[in-house]
Parts: sequence; structure tokens; C-alpha cells
Amino acid sequence: MRKTPHDGRPARTPALTSEQRLAEIRGEAEERGEVKAAGIRPSGSPFPMASPETGYYGIPLLKEPAWTWEVPLYFFVGGAAGAAAVVGAIADYTGADRKLVRDARWIAAAGAVISPALLIADLGRPERFLNMMRVFKPQSPMSVGVWTLLGFSAAATATAFADFMRERYGPSLPLRVLENTGQAASLAFGLPFSNYTGVLIGATAIPVWNQNVAELPIHFGASGLSAAVGILELMGHRKSRALQMLGLGAAIFESWEGWRIESRQQPALDPLRRGTSGWVVRTGGMLSGPVPAALRALGFISSNERSRALRRWAGISAVAGSLITRIAWVHAGHVSARDWREPLGILHPLYTEQGVSRGRDPRQQK
Amino acid sequence: MSRTAFLTDSTLCIGCKACEVACKEWNGVGEDGLEWSGFSYDNTGALGHSTWRHVKFVEHAPEPGFGGNAPELNSWAFSSDVCKHCENAGCLEACPTGAIVRTEFGGVYVQPDICNGCAYCVIACPFGVVQRNPDDGRAFKCTFCYDRQKAGLVPACAKACPTESIKFGEIESLRVKAQNRMEELHQRGMKDATFYDASNTSVGGTHAMFIMRGDPRSYNLPPKPEVPTIYLKRGWTSSAIGAALLLGGTLLAFLADGER
Repeated sequence: MRKTPHDGRPARTPALTSEQRLAEIRGEAEERGEVKAAGIRPSGSPFPMASPETGYYGIPLLKEPAWTWEVPLYFFVGGAAGAAAVVGAIADYTGADRKLVRDARWIAAAGAVISPALLIADLGRPERFLNMMRVFKPQSPMSVGVWTLLGFSAAATATAFADFMRERYGPSLPLRVLENTGQAASLAFGLPFSNYTGVLIGATAIPVWNQNVAELPIHFGASGLSAAVGILELMGHRKSRALQMLGLGAAIFESWEGWRIESRQQPALDPLRRGTSGWVVRTGGMLSGPVPAALRALGFISSNERSRALRRWAGISAVAGSLITRIAWVHAGHVSARDWREPLGILHPLYTEQGVSRGRDPRQQK
Repeated sequence: MSRTAFLTDSTLCIGCKACEVACKEWNGVGEDGLEWSGFSYDNTGALGHSTWRHVKFVEHAPEPGFGGNAPELNSWAFSSDVCKHCENAGCLEACPTGAIVRTEFGGVYVQPDICNGCAYCVIACPFGVVQRNPDDGRAFKCTFCYDRQKAGLVPACAKACPTESIKFGEIESLRVKAQNRMEELHQRGMKDATFYDASNTSVGGTHAMFIMRGDPRSYNLPPKPEVPTIYLKRGWTSSAIGAALLLGGTLLAFLADGER
């Protein structure tokens, strides 16, 4: 924001034609005592105006999020890690394949280590991250999230550690206690951790986020599950039918969510459907919804070998879709914050009293 | 300790920006607004981390009697904007470190020694006031001159205002003052005089009240600002449903998988 005056700007040169016209007007005034013709139109005119229709010169009322790239990446990593912890715990409780349980625990533990690093890197004063633990504020989703992350990180890393030690040095009572309590705690913390980021952005002043607050957590939870299943499949678990079912369920939900986003015509939701942010949302939606859903459905009726190849692609698509979806929502939040009309309650040019006009939004054309 | 407030009466504002300067001087706020914006005489545009008082220049098509006191005069309006110090403050509720507190004067204060720059308050403010300073890393906004008030002094902006457009005092008496002033303006024929303090929304009133001419929207003041905590219930309900679906779905998938 540091600004210096006159940096690199050319000195102002008077326009010859308008100077000439000014001289004429002066002469006319001198001769007749009045000037009938129009004067000079100053450069830059017509000047911007402030009005109830244009707001304050169209200057955004709200501030854009100051978050850097770490935050959408954290939404992705945290969502996948939380869901992976849940999948790992349930797989263990239902007596599924040991390797699947182990890999799910490792995904959760990796996420539990990467997530705090991303969040601390985003802080304006990273050295003060411990200040987050001064208080617990239930009315602040950020505070609730920090404590959830803390609990999840401790539990998920402890579970993975116990798993590793047992595998290496054989079973023992302390390890079993650590593993079991760690797993129970990662399940308990993983459930809210997989989707709380939806509340985090939903309970803000940004219109496109707060208008979707009732859906964002479920949407983000499904996206996290889809990513966790995708990563497990890419790690080789392409035979598990449970994972196939989970992936299909998440993909169907994400397809429905995409349809909801496309079908609701509301000015506040424009950033999800129009312009660049609209296309990013659409790309993320396609990759998390219809594409993996179709690949998985095909997988059900294909031969084993072919099914596994299809699931590999479904996994890649789901992971990419989940990441792009988080980036898309943050991007849409930026666009929404820049739109001064929404918080001022001013009707967008696209929306008439009768409904939605077919025209293009003039702001998106530049 | 009495609860205090600002009453900014735009009908008295002459757009001198003395409040902006006095604020910067007292609080040691960095420079900004040294570039022409082209939006009338406003070169800062909005409140931010380095603009804690901001004079708006509401210029529009000539309208006799607007802004000036004489009905035959064309004019334009000025209004000094400031952090609203909401009764239900979005930034205060959102702050995860407890850096943002309510002072004994009723103002909302960011403690600079605690803020760690998470920037969550920035998107929690329905008025777009608080902002993270990219050079410093922390969030900043009007302090309501907490230090001066502690010492029994008037905030720097109110002290510097040459026309008493910015009034400062006990909140209840200022409300009465505002009522009287509104009646006076309406009697004088200034029918478009408006009072703004956001008391009709979830914000629940502000410690910075405004009297202005015309529609608050031309001053970038939202007609219905909402404190984001009103979305919490719906958000956490959805989160609980999401968690239940995830748990139930995973259980079902693994139990149904005969080959496990």
C-alpha cells in the first residue's frame, strides 16, 4: 500500500484543441458579455458520481479476504485429512484390511502436520501463532477450528506413531492404549475437522459465502471425503468396495451441489456462475461430481482390471476436483467482496424486477 | 465510566480532512491517498489499515439546495466516516486470539500486542473497516482514541474538527442531540436529512452515528448490515449434519462391504 506521488508519470501536457476553444470562449465573452455555446468537456468526463444507484463511486464496501494461497490449500488438506481419519477409524472398527487402515491413518497424520504449517504461514505475525491458544471462543469459528485442529493433530499423529511403533517393535500394552485412544480421538475430532471450514467462511460478511452457510459445511465435508477416498485409491486401494461406495456417494452429492449452484438465480450467487470465478467453480464441480460418478458407475459394470484403471482416474479427478473446489470458493469470495451492490441492496443490471434478463454483465466484459 | 460515542453530522462537514490528519498525527498512522482517484476530492476511497477517519465526497448531478444550506445553491456533500464500534461487533466476535476487546467506553479496540494477523476480522466486518496491514502483518482500525479517552481527552478527530461536525460525548445524550438536530434540519426544510446508526439490524446500534443528506447508500453505508454471528446456528447445524452423514455413510459402506 505504500504510495509515492508522481512516480513515473508523465508531466501533464495541455490539449491544444481545448486551449484554442477556451481562447474562443474568452473572446466571445469579452465581445458580447455572454457565452451561448457549450464550453470545454474536461478530460475524463463524464465524472463518476455517488448516488443510491451507483453507491459510493462503485468503491467496494466490504474488504476482500486477506488470506494468501495457503488457506484454500489448507481447506483441501484439512478436509481430506479429517475424512481420512474417519475412514481409517471405521475401517479398523469394522475389521477391514490392515493396510487400508494404516494408509488412512498416515494420510490423516500427514494432513495433521501440514495443516498447522499452512495456517501459521498465512498469519501476518507467524511468531505469534500461540496467541490462538490464549482463549476458546465458541462464537468464533476460527477459534473453534484452531482447537479442533489442535486436538486432531495430536490424535492423528499419535495414532500413526503408535501404528508405526507396533509394526516395527511388536505390540505392547502402552502402544495399544495410545493407538486406541488416539484413534477414538481422531474420529471425534476428524468429523468436525472435515467440514468446519464451511462454517469458517460461511459465518462472515461476504455475501456469496454467508448466503450458502447452510450448505457449505456439508459440501466441504463431501469434498473432503471425495479427496480422502481418491488419495487412498491412488495409494493402491482400488479393490475396496467400501471405498468405491463412499467415492460414489460423495460424487453424487457433489453433482447435486453443482446442480444447486447452477440453478439458483440470485445476485449474491453470481460469482459462482459468472465470469472467471464461475468457470473455476464449474471446473471444480465437474471434476468432483459427474466425472468421478460416471467413472465409478462404469467401474461397477466393468471387468476387475478395467474397473481398477477407471477408479484410478476417478481418484485423480476427485482429488483435483476437491482442490479446485476450495480454490474456487475462496476466489468467489474475493469477487463477491468486490461487488459493492450486494451489501448496499442495489439491484444488479442483470436482474430486473421481473426476473433475470438475458444480457451479459457489463462488469465482466473487460 | 460512561459509554461514549461519535455523532458525525455531515451537514456541518466542510471536507477539510482535518480529522484524517489529526488521527494520523496522534496515532502515528502511515500515509496513504497520495494518488488522485478521480472520485471527487477523495483519494483514499475507503477506511482501511492506514485510514481510520475517511472523508467521503459525495458528488453528483447538480441539485439545488443539496449539501449547502441555501436552497438555491448547488453543492456536494462531505461526510467523515469512521469505524462504527458496533454494539454487536463482527470483528470482536470473530477474533480467535481475544486481541479485539470492548473497552469501558463501549468502543471496539484491537490490542496490537496480541493480534497475530489471522485476518479473520477483515471478512467479519459488515462495514469493511478493519484491514490487515501487509507491511506490518497485523490488523488495524480506529482505536476510538482509547489512550486519549483514558486520560479524559476527546478523540483526536473530534478535537480537530473545526465545525463540530464530529461530536463526541456520552452516547445517550448524543442520541438526544441527534434527535434534536434531525428535527431542526427537517424544520429548516432539509427533508432529506437521514440519521444512521444501524440499530434496526443485528448489529444493534453503533457508537458512531451519522446524520447525512440523502440516501446512506451513496455514502457506502449498508442499509442492512448484519453481524456474521447470525449465520453460526445454520452453519454449525449443517456441520453436524455433515458429520453425521460422513459417520453414517462410512459405517454403512464398510459394513455393507462383504469382502472386507
